[in-house]
Amino acid sequence: MSHSDASGPADVPKAIAGPSSYLDDRLGAGNFLKRNLRKVFPDHWSFLLGEIALYSFIVLLLTGTFLTFFFKPSMEHVIYDGSYDGLKGVGMSAAYASALEISFDVRGGLLMRQMHHWAALLFVAGMMVHALRVFFTGAYRKPRELNWVIGVLMLTLALLEGLTGYSLPDDLLSGAGLRITEGVAISLPLVGTWITFFLFGGEYPGEDVISRFYSLHILLIPGILLALISAHMILMWVQKHTQMPGKGRTNNNVVGAPFYPAFMAKAGAYFMFTFGVIALLGTFGQINPIWLFGPYTPADISAGSQPDYYMGFLEGALRMMPAWEINIWGFTLPLSVLIPALVPMGIIMTGLALYPFVEQWVTGDRREHHVADRPRNNPHRTSIGVSAITFYGLLWILGANDEISWTFHISLNWTTYIGRVLIFVAPVVAYIVTYRLCLGLQRSDAAVIGHGVESGVIKRLPHGEYIEVHVPPSEDIEAHMRGKEAIPVIAGADTEPGGIPPKGLRGPIGKLKAKMSKAYGGEKIPLDDGHGHHAHGDGEHTAVGAGEDRSLTH
Amino acid sequence: MNRITAGRRHPLARYAVLLLALGLLGVAYTLVVPTDDRAAASIASGKVDNVAEGKRLFEQSCSSCHGLNAEGIPDRGPSLVGVGWAAVDFQVSSGRMPMTQPGAQAPRKKPADWVNDETIKQLGAYIQSLGGGPVPPTEEQVDPAKGNRAKGGELFRANCIQCHNFVGAGGALTQGKYAPELTEATPKQIYEAMATGPQAMPVFNDSVITPDQKRDMIAYIVGLQQEPNPGGAGLGRIGPVTEGLLLWVVGISLLVLAAIWITAKKRQAQ
Repeated sequence: MSHSDASGPADVPKAIAGPSSYLDDRLGAGNFLKRNLRKVFPDHWSFLLGEIALYSFIVLLLTGTFLTFFFKPSMEHVIYDGSYDGLKGVGMSAAYASALEISFDVRGGLLMRQMHHWAALLFVAGMMVHALRVFFTGAYRKPRELNWVIGVLMLTLALLEGLTGYSLPDDLLSGAGLRITEGVAISLPLVGTWITFFLFGGEYPGEDVISRFYSLHILLIPGILLALISAHMILMWVQKHTQMPGKGRTNNNVVGAPFYPAFMAKAGAYFMFTFGVIALLGTFGQINPIWLFGPYTPADISAGSQPDYYMGFLEGALRMMPAWEINIWGFTLPLSVLIPALVPMGIIMTGLALYPFVEQWVTGDRREHHVADRPRNNPHRTSIGVSAITFYGLLWILGANDEISWTFHISLNWTTYIGRVLIFVAPVVAYIVTYRLCLGLQRSDAAVIGHGVESGVIKRLPHGEYIEVHVPPSEDIEAHMRGKEAIPVIAGADTEPGGIPPKGLRGPIGKLKAKMSKAYGGEKIPLDDGHGHHAHGDGEHTAVGAGEDRSLTH
Repeated sequence: MNRITAGRRHPLARYAVLLLALGLLGVAYTLVVPTDDRAAASIASGKVDNVAEGKRLFEQSCSSCHGLNAEGIPDRGPSLVGVGWAAVDFQVSSGRMPMTQPGAQAPRKKPADWVNDETIKQLGAYIQSLGGGPVPPTEEQVDPAKGNRAKGGELFRANCIQCHNFVGAGGALTQGKYAPELTEATPKQIYEAMATGPQAMPVFNDSVITPDQKRDMIAYIVGLQQEPNPGGAGLGRIGPVTEGLLLWVVGISLLVLAAIWITAKKRQAQ
């Protein structure tokens, strides 16, 4: 078992060989490292996006720890007597006073606070772009569905972590967010009042919420996040990373760089980049200037109060909602708060979590997938994704409708009216446009495979006609394009009308399933499509010479 | 000629054309949009009767909307009887009046060429003679050095920020109206705005906010105007909207570029 016996080169200096074999005999790490250090990671820039979130989390832990040294999570009333002149002698909570102290009186405190906040924004943004990459390439398919669900869970927790985090300084802006949180909680039917009194320890704002959010923010949620991140990474490691289709890449191999040294160097560099970008933003971009907001008092509210961007979609939904409420037997059901608070979040988060399973149900595809899809090759999935982005993005933009109205001189009322229409129309339009784009891109792939790429060489044929010579695409590009495979359709979904469908596809749900499966799956544009339809089809191949033209041989 | 033809197919050519087109459009727009020097008028030099001279100015520059006797014209301009000299001083010195074009609200702009302390005084005297009203504050009433900044901040947060935003960066109101930014407002103009309630703004008269409190608020607003941003670029001081924009436009873009860069060299399958 000894590491030095098994593989250690004979000329390792004794000073290194001694301690390392001592450690190895006791930890047994040698074998583990030997197996795992050469683990291969595929190369594609989009595979690094998730690491943005991972490294931001590390920066969050480090800067967050620094902040806890000075922050006082207490709502005790104090009179400010620090170095910021604009608030001298103003009554405020101890939490806000200590956040001001961090900003103005602790050396490096403002930088740490700003880096913490920027890292938090980047953390969520990293998760979002990573999730989009996974979604659009179908990397969530078997065997990775559970890891996808873990990811959705982490995104939800990150939103909660953000909410508890920006409520802590107890400034006027964070108070506005807290007030909305209270409003949502209290509008819940039956349990609302109890939940609110439980959360705030009495009438809003009470004296407990900061210290409670503090425990959640620095202990419970980061703890769960850390555990989930570990699970996420271990699963990724064990299941191996997906790869984009390409030359020599199959469902049974991984083409890329080994973890040590190449991938480790890249990951290390990327950590430095992430750290660097956060430090850059923290140094040059003022974020959450709490001293300008002033202390929180429930009576004050500022124009242009917005949550951090990842909560923007909830804000937008709230701003756009008509003032509906139902009053029965002395009970009020405030739909104007309940619907915007729960419905968009429900659609997006539940939709995300369930998508892998719904897709499996529709396609009947239970195979393992380790080669990612190009987004165009699954047009319905891509369209659903873009449609969801449009829905989310529109709500997000509408969350800033006052700033938009103010900056671009548009009537505030019209942003609301237009938003109410667009929120239903735009996702549908986005779906149709994306679907057509995907098919168009598939056709262009088929044309490249069928006819080759334009070479820029113009030939004149003996009878006077000019043609542009097409050459076959490079091997890499061709392999990348040929990585496409038809989306499975449930067996029997295309039973003729009047025919007898298989057992699972009878009843109303079965019929719907068959219909969806037929629409979702199948090969929309076969790669050979377009071959021979081109006006100059035969002429150009002759011109290139049959020997070189690979498109003729497939 | 050949160089131009070759340049036509340059990958950047289409952006250059686009930029050129946008530039031309911008120049055309600035030429077409109306300017406000039409109200220019020569002022007779020498000692004149302020009210009479003010009436002459009024008839020349204001009466088309407010009526020949400042009685107002429905759907064009309100009556100015009783608005006071302070209102005249605020509106004209901030360039809001005379308006360039009708709209939901008059924006702050460079005052017309004929506007100076003297003409404002004459115009103010004429309006004051119609029905009284608030007069401009004294220097001492608006001296920020004599106000209590922190106390003013509390009043500012309680009374102003729901429309003007927490640093007076401005904010949208309904139907195209807005609360303007306070970044350029002078102490005198701030005082007059509170005293007269211009456009969509309510009046904060001396029984609601005392002159001393007004001076505290002026001290706070002037403090905000002069205060640097200790955390870097202020990003317009409007809160999370620009922060999120910066994060996505700069932060995520930089990291995507970094990712593309460090994965640019790819391994091939053996």
